Amino acid sequence: MEASKVIHAIYTDDDVLMNAVKKVKAERHHIEEIYTPFPVHGLDKAMGLAPTRIAIASFMYGCVGLTVAIVMMNFIMIEDWPQNIGGKPSFSYIENMPAFVPIMFELTVFFAAHLMVITFYLRSRMWPFKKAENPDPRTTDDHFLMEIAVHNNENELTDLLKETGAVEINLIDKAH
Amino acid sequence: MASIILIILGLIGVGYGFATSHKSLDDVKKMIALEEAGHHGGGHETTTDAHTVANDHGTSHAEESHGEGSHADAKEHHDDKHAKHVQHQLENRPWSALYVAAFFFFMIALGVLAFYAVQFASQAGWSPVLFRVMEAITAYVLPGALIVLGIAVASHYIGHNNIFIWMDPDLTNPDSDKYDALVDGKSGFLNMTGFIIRGLVFIAGWSLYRHFARKFSIAQDNATDNRNFKKSFRIAAGFLVFYIYTESMMSWDWIMSVDPHWFSTLFGWYVFASMFVSGITVIAMITMYLKSRGHLPFVNDSHLHDLAKFMFGISIFWTYLWFSQFMLIWYSNIPEEVTYFVTRFQDYQLPFLGMVVMNFVFPLLVLMNSDYKRIPWFVVMAGIVILCGHYIDVFNMIMPATVGDRWFIGIPEIGSICLFAGLFLFIVFTALTKAPLLAKRNPFIKESEHFHY
Repeated sequence: MEASKVIHAIYTDDDVLMNAVKKVKAERHHIEEIYTPFPVHGLDKAMGLAPTRIAIASFMYGCVGLTVAIVMMNFIMIEDWPQNIGGKPSFSYIENMPAFVPIMFELTVFFAAHLMVITFYLRSRMWPFKKAENPDPRTTDDHFLMEIAVHNNENELTDLLKETGAVEINLIDKAH
Repeated sequence: MASIILIILGLIGVGYGFATSHKSLDDVKKMIALEEAGHHGGGHETTTDAHTVANDHGTSHAEESHGEGSHADAKEHHDDKHAKHVQHQLENRPWSALYVAAFFFFMIALGVLAFYAVQFASQAGWSPVLFRVMEAITAYVLPGALIVLGIAVASHYIGHNNIFIWMDPDLTNPDSDKYDALVDGKSGFLNMTGFIIRGLVFIAGWSLYRHFARKFSIAQDNATDNRNFKKSFRIAAGFLVFYIYTESMMSWDWIMSVDPHWFSTLFGWYVFASMFVSGITVIAMITMYLKSRGHLPFVNDSHLHDLAKFMFGISIFWTYLWFSQFMLIWYSNIPEEVTYFVTRFQDYQLPFLGMVVMNFVFPLLVLMNSDYKRIPWFVVMAGIVILCGHYIDVFNMIMPATVGDRWFIGIPEIGSICLFAGLFLFIVFTALTKAPLLAKRNPFIKESEHFHY
C-alpha cells in the first residue's frame, strides 16, 4: 500500500533524531526513509534495518577472482605452452605455484574489491547522471529529515512528531 | 593443581628422552642396518637424497662436522661416518625437544609483553580491562628467557653442542679436521662469551620493562593523579624501540644460528610475527577462561571480538612473512640459501606444509566471519589450532638443523611441552592472584569497560 501523502519531520540534532526514531517505532508507525548529512551510529539498529550482506558477496567475488587466477595461469603457463623459463618447473601447477601466488592474491583482492563496489552502486542505485533524490537540500548540510507515510492520521502524527522535538513538520503530497 | 601434574609428567617425559638418547655407535649401526632391511623402498632413498644434497652444498651443519669426506670414500668408512652422524642426531633430540618447548612458551610471554607495550604506546581505549591478564602472562618472560638461554648454554657445557654446532671450538680451530671456514668467519658474532652477554642484556632489558610496567600499573590503582600512567607510556615507547632491536638479534642468536651457514634478512620479523600471534591467542584464551569462571565481569564480547581480529590479522601477517621468506629463496634458488628449505621440504613435508594450513588457512576461514569472532568456543578452537601451528613453526626452525630426518613428535617432545606448559600456567596463574584483575584509575578504563564494537 503506497501512501500518497507523507510527513517530513526535520530535526537539527542527531541525538534528538535517534530518540524520535525510537519513539515513532514504539508507536508502530512506518518510517519510509531518513535523510542525514552524515552516518549516525546506531540509526540502522534503531530503525530495525536488516544487516548488510555485502561482505558475504565480497567473499564470494574473492573466490571467483582466485579461481580465475588459477585457471588462467594453469592454462597459460602449464597446459598451453609449458616453456622452460629460467629453470622454473612448469610440469604441474603446484610445482610452480609460489611464483603464481602474487597474482592469485592480487586478483582475489581485485575481484573482491571492485565487484563489491559495483554491487554497492547497483543495490543503492547510484550512477553518474542519476537525478538526486533529495527532498530538502538542507539535509546534506546540518538537518535531519524523517519521512513517514500518512494514512489519514496527520494530526495524530503531527502531534507525536512535535513532541519528539521536530523543528519543522511538512505535509507533502506525493503526486504519482 | 593441573600445572603441577603437567610439570611432573613433563619431567618424566624429558627424563625418559635423555635416558634413551645416548646410544653407542654399534647400537646406532645396528639400528641403521635394521632400518635398511626394514624398508628398502622409497623411504630410504629419499633420506639418502637429502644427505647428498646437504653434502653437496655443504650447508647442513651436522653434515659439515661429520660428513666432510666425499662419497668416494670406502663404504665402511662412510658407514662409520653415517652412523656417527645419526648418533649425534639422536643425542640432539631430547635437547632440541626441550629447547623448542622452552622457546615456544617463552616467546608467548615476550609476544604478550610487546602487545602490552603497544597498547600503552598507542593509548588504546579498548584493552585496559585486559592489562592484568597481560601482566600476569608476562610474568613468565624472565624465568622463561633464562631457561631458554640456560638450555642453550648447557647444551655446550653439559651436552656436546647438541643444539648449536658453532659452539664446538673445533669448528674455529684451523688445525682441527672439523675446521669450518664459514663458521670461523662468523665467530666474531657467534662465540660463547658474546652469546651469553647478549642473551643477558636482552633478558635484563625485557625484565626491567616488565618490572617497571607492572609496578607503575599497580601504583596507578591507588594514585591521585596520572603520573604513573605517563611513566608507563614513556617506558612503553622506549621499550618498543629496545624490543624490536633485541628481538631481531635474539632471533639470530637463539634460532637462526642453529644453521650457522644459513642467513635470512627478514627472519627477525618472521619470529616476531610468530610470537606476537601466539601471545595474542594466549591472552584471548586466558581471558575467556577467567571470564567463564566469572572473574572478569567487565570483559564483554567486543573485547573478545577485538582479540580475535588481532589473531586473524597477525596470522595473515605471519603467513605473509613466511611466504615472502620462502618464495624469495625458492625463486632465486641460490644453493647456499635454498638448502634450508630443501631439508625442510624433504624431511619435514607434513609439519612444514601442515603448519601453513594451521596458521593460515584455518584461522583465515574460521575467524573471517564477524559473528564467529564473538563465540568463545569458536575462538578457543581457532586458538588451539594456532598455538599448535606455532609450536610446529618453532619445531620447524630448530629440528631440521639438529636432528635432521630423525624427527618425531614423541615422548621427549610432548614431555617437554607438558613441562613448560605446566610451568607457564603455574607462573601465570600465580601472578594473576597477586593483583586485582581490573586496573583501577587507568585514564582509559571507563572507555574500555564500555567498549562496544
